[in-house]
Amino acid sequence: MMFELIVAGFMFVALIFYALSGGADFGGGMWDLLATGPRADAQRDAIGKAIAPIWEADHVWLILVIVILFTGFPRAFAAMMTALNIPFTLMLIGIVLRGSAFTFRKYDVKSQHVQHRWSTLFGAASFFTPFIQGVALGALSTGEIRIVDGRLATGFFAGWLTPFALACGLFALALFAFLAATYLTADPSTEPDVQNDFRWRALWSGSALAPIALLVFITSKQGAPAMYHGLTQWWAPLLIGTTLCFAIAALSSLWLRRFALARIAAMAEVTLILGGWSLSQYPNLVTPDITIFNDAAPEITLRLLTYALAAGAVVLFPSLFFLFRIFKGKEN
Amino acid sequence: MGMSLAFHIVFAALGITLPMLMAISEGLYLRTHQPVFLELSKRWSRGAAILFAVGAVSGTVLSFELGLLWPGFMEKAGAIIGMPFSLEGFAFFTEAIFLGLYLMGWNRLPPFVHWLCGVLVAASGILSGIFVVMANSWMNSPAGFKIVDGKITGIDPIAAMLNPAASHEVLHMTLAAFIATGFAVAAIHAFFLLRDRANVFHRNALGIALTLGCISAPLQMISGDFSARSVAKLQPAKLAAMEAVYYTQTGAPLQIGGIPDDQSRTTRYALTIPRGLSLLSTHDPNSKVIGLEQFPRNDWPNVRLVHWAFDLMVGSGTALFMLSIAVGWFAWEKRGVPDGKWLLRALVAAGPLGFLAIEAGWFVTELGRQPWIIYGVMRTKEAVTPMNKIAIPFLVFTLLYIFLSVVVFYLLRRQFMKTEAPVSELLTNDV
Repeated sequence: MMFELIVAGFMFVALIFYALSGGADFGGGMWDLLATGPRADAQRDAIGKAIAPIWEADHVWLILVIVILFTGFPRAFAAMMTALNIPFTLMLIGIVLRGSAFTFRKYDVKSQHVQHRWSTLFGAASFFTPFIQGVALGALSTGEIRIVDGRLATGFFAGWLTPFALACGLFALALFAFLAATYLTADPSTEPDVQNDFRWRALWSGSALAPIALLVFITSKQGAPAMYHGLTQWWAPLLIGTTLCFAIAALSSLWLRRFALARIAAMAEVTLILGGWSLSQYPNLVTPDITIFNDAAPEITLRLLTYALAAGAVVLFPSLFFLFRIFKGKEN
Repeated sequence: MGMSLAFHIVFAALGITLPMLMAISEGLYLRTHQPVFLELSKRWSRGAAILFAVGAVSGTVLSFELGLLWPGFMEKAGAIIGMPFSLEGFAFFTEAIFLGLYLMGWNRLPPFVHWLCGVLVAASGILSGIFVVMANSWMNSPAGFKIVDGKITGIDPIAAMLNPAASHEVLHMTLAAFIATGFAVAAIHAFFLLRDRANVFHRNALGIALTLGCISAPLQMISGDFSARSVAKLQPAKLAAMEAVYYTQTGAPLQIGGIPDDQSRTTRYALTIPRGLSLLSTHDPNSKVIGLEQFPRNDWPNVRLVHWAFDLMVGSGTALFMLSIAVGWFAWEKRGVPDGKWLLRALVAAGPLGFLAIEAGWFVTELGRQPWIIYGVMRTKEAVTPMNKIAIPFLVFTLLYIFLSVVVFYLLRRQFMKTEAPVSELLTNDV
């Protein structure tokens, strides 16, 4: 009982870190594609510089989530990968194209024409991939994926083509775009003019989050009843209220050019949103048939996994801190 | 899945060894302050960066693919062998972080700290390789669980990780990565050295790559012997297929090449060494070797392919072993990096052999395990996804990997081509 919760907690934390870091890298790719105006190239440059040293490390969070999932909750993993085979395959195509386009752009010929082609692919894949991720995550909450006697009963199209899942995809897009633009305003290597460009982008995308969140909420009534039920519990107004406060704090600090503060507020906002999502469907992994309790690996696996994750965290966090201090700290 | 892994194994072998070369070279620079070593480690680090980026992407694909293609396998095996995968996740993380620091930190970190980052990249690369091979070896010699009434109980993830096949597979694969990359890199630099014998850059590069390859190749012969004896014990059907032994016999001969025929249960046109197989598999020329007739016909792997792949692996490995002895001899005679025309030509020709051996060896391990996905426990067809058009995802992933390989090949080629240009400024003094 306890270890299921701990392992699920680790998985949740890894997912948050993935959204905060990897998600923002996707957002960077989106702004790369949308770079406009006289400073379009300068914007692309700033994005490239901000992402280059960290994107691989950011990406490993996703691998970690998957590994924890298949070690700790192997049957949930098998069910998800079977039911959502198509969207996950599409997502992998997006990941491959995006990663290789970014690497290619860096190591290929520096001519305008070649660079532009890779940029377009990088940007397009940066839109496509997180959208599919949002859709897949949303599909798990719809309650349309059913497992009967350990077998998937609902085929390969259940859940992920619903309005609710698609709204979740849209939400992921807006969220990551907002996160990336906010980070870029606070990045030490961003020039003042470009910083202002990203400030406006952050303000726009941050404001767009509100109507999209509302759309997710409205579609959840029909599309994800269990989650809707969770979101109308007594604690929900409290959580939503706090999230809203951080959202307002992020937007107003952007307005007032307090960028470091905006970055912290935006991160808190994203964390709370994901927290609300997971609380509202606790303890389901694949609503409604698979929960973290009815499906977990045997206790010994969970216990050893907990130790391994704890030991790994001891190595990981100081190294990550070092990485970010070197590249995201004050210019030296 | 097999297709993806066949590609991934090449990325991984390069990705494990290139950081090592790059760290060795920077270490030499810190000791000698020869700019050529600095330049060399910068060039190799670009190769490592490209491979790591592709490796990160390909690793993501693989971790999903386990479930997308083999949900049945993961459902049963996840709890048992998830452990090495989780540890691998962290090793991979460490590698990513320190590679980021290494690549972008040339001007931001003190030289010694920078070098230390490089060493950590290499070390965590080797470590993640070890964890993944451990998980693979479990499929060959499953351990750490019991089956009671068709249900898996008594799971012990540590015992699963340290399964009987782990030690020999890990050793064999790690050395294989060093050899294959060492000789492949050596071949590239030997090629450029052939054109321009005075090129200090390529001469030193060749020296470092050859040292790694030539130390590992003889060790691999010993590890190969160890592997063969373990397989004889753990998976007699695989050994029988590797050596195309249809009938149990004492003082079994070693058969090289030939055409194994499952119908008549004979191997025609093979080169035969009397008692050779008994000697190799147990170190006793008269020992008994179990033949395929001891196993039901539907438990046989594809004898012909496994036998040929095995001979290909051993053949390439032996060729590289001989070559490394020749290199050692000339290096000792000359007290420096050997650069005889024919030796360099031989090195260029031998470039792909290491990777050929890796692919062939991987074929032996995986095909030799068939029809099982978990040896003796679960058949491959029970593990596969219920997706009715399995050919489509298979095609998608194959195309993805072909795309990735083209990317890697093109980018690496560009990096190596650029090494042609700036040589003069590296010649500060004689090396």
